Amino acid sequence: MTANQLALWYLAASVLFILALKGLSHPESARRGNLFGMVGMAIAVLVTLATTQRVELILVAILIGGAIGAVVARRVEMTQMPELVAAMHSLVGMAAVLIAIAVVNNPAAFGLPDPIPTGNKLELFIGTFVGAITFSGSVIAFGKLAGLGKKFRLFSSAPVVFKGQHLLNLALGIAMIAFGVAFFLAAPQAQWPPFIAMTALAFVLGVLIIIPIGGADMPVVISMLNSYSGWAAAGIGFSLNNPMLIIAGSLVGSSGAILSYIMCRAMNRSFFSVILGGFGAAEGSAAADTGQKTVKSGSADDVAFLLGNAESVVIIPGYGLAVARAQHAVKEMAQKLIAKGVNVRYAIHPVAGRMPGHMNVLLAEAEVPYEQVFEMEDINSDLGTTDIAFVLGANDVVNPLAEEKGSPIYGMPIIEAHKARTVLVNKRSMAAGYAGLDNPLFYMDRTMMVFGDAKKVVEEIVKAID
Amino acid sequence: MSGAIDPTVVNLTVFVLAVFVGYHVVWGVTPALHTPLMSVTNAISSVIMVGAILAAGPRDIDAGSIIGAVAVGLVAINTFGGFLVTRRMLEMFKKKEPRGGGKG
Repeated sequence: MTANQLALWYLAASVLFILALKGLSHPESARRGNLFGMVGMAIAVLVTLATTQRVELILVAILIGGAIGAVVARRVEMTQMPELVAAMHSLVGMAAVLIAIAVVNNPAAFGLPDPIPTGNKLELFIGTFVGAITFSGSVIAFGKLAGLGKKFRLFSSAPVVFKGQHLLNLALGIAMIAFGVAFFLAAPQAQWPPFIAMTALAFVLGVLIIIPIGGADMPVVISMLNSYSGWAAAGIGFSLNNPMLIIAGSLVGSSGAILSYIMCRAMNRSFFSVILGGFGAAEGSAAADTGQKTVKSGSADDVAFLLGNAESVVIIPGYGLAVARAQHAVKEMAQKLIAKGVNVRYAIHPVAGRMPGHMNVLLAEAEVPYEQVFEMEDINSDLGTTDIAFVLGANDVVNPLAEEKGSPIYGMPIIEAHKARTVLVNKRSMAAGYAGLDNPLFYMDRTMMVFGDAKKVVEEIVKAID
Repeated sequence: MSGAIDPTVVNLTVFVLAVFVGYHVVWGVTPALHTPLMSVTNAISSVIMVGAILAAGPRDIDAGSIIGAVAVGLVAINTFGGFLVTRRMLEMFKKKEPRGGGKG
């Protein structure tokens, strides 16, 4: 195959990658889009394979990795998607570092002149440190999401903060770049020491960047690491003069960046304040002043009666619902209500799960038809005329304090459950949400609380509806 | 002005245009599919495997090609895992009975 033919195949693969993302504009076209992505990847891998002389070695590696990937994809629980995605980001980051090492070791294998031209060397340095940060940062994110915090403090979902943290990060960052520049300027015989030092510092930096970020900000972190893994791939593409890698990497990089932006906007936090971390340090400790206020609470039977007599119900699920594995029970409840002629819809806040779009997947898994599922901005205007807003395992995303000046979450967009004629809230206890804030919604006259595990409560409601 | 265009400039051109394309395509993705978007972009970023394959490619096996082969194996987890888990998720969004007119 000539270099030109190879480049044209790479172009075809790049177009297929773009079409893969384009397909996701609608659930119906998404599966075809995913197929485009697979075909593009197959083309990219096969034509590259055809140019090498060690096909058997590479095929064995692909088969081993592929088999592991296939098993994981089949077995993973949908609630574990954030962990899986974090783990996969780390692999891309690690691969970027390994490839960079191989390039420094033997540029000729990549069709690059030896010594490496200065332009490519600069890009190699960027690709390497972004890859290394992606790797170690994703490992920490994975640990936090998988709840390994009890075994290792580094993985604690509460932010790990210490004095001088930002100063230390800054110093390490400057040192890392200094070694990168040294690598850039070094003669080929002397380039390993600065390269190794730079990579090692980047690994450390990845850890330090992620540990101060609390569990509540995980949706932002995952999106951010998604973005980094893309930029790492693009950086490697630059250093290998490979446009397909640049295109694919940029698509992923911009996708992750946009998702981070959307997540930040949904929490009304600036990207910067998320990155600096420390938020959520006082998790669950600020609910102390609930003593005097009273809440009305009812039983599952009461809820079933109210729901059965309503004309319209909006269900507002939060991550607590997924933790309790109550999605199927909720869907059963909705079906029974729909059979009675009740208009049942779901309202999803952008940060309702632990990663962007997580709650939608969890509902889809429970076979909730997607046309019953609405995004926050599409349904908020309807809540004023809704009979019942049923909040299940959500807290901060329905907290009316967000509309009050001076409150810590002021300005955060919320699902306006408090505007519904009646509000039902299922919670395990009166503990505060991630933001550590009390929620006035629970004390309204029109609100009735049903305490207990979401799954049990909803199953009781299902039995009581008739 | 004279001389050939440096590959870095060509790369930069491709990069900037690709970021634009990415920006516009990703804003078109329905929020309901943001998790599949993340898993599929994950799978797509594993196209970095091309670099790993080149590293593992030379006839003479040395440290570099072993590192390359390891990288191929690691990224292959991502490639297969990413696309397959995306397909699994998207199957869940399949419509059970057509009703039309809804939003995702």
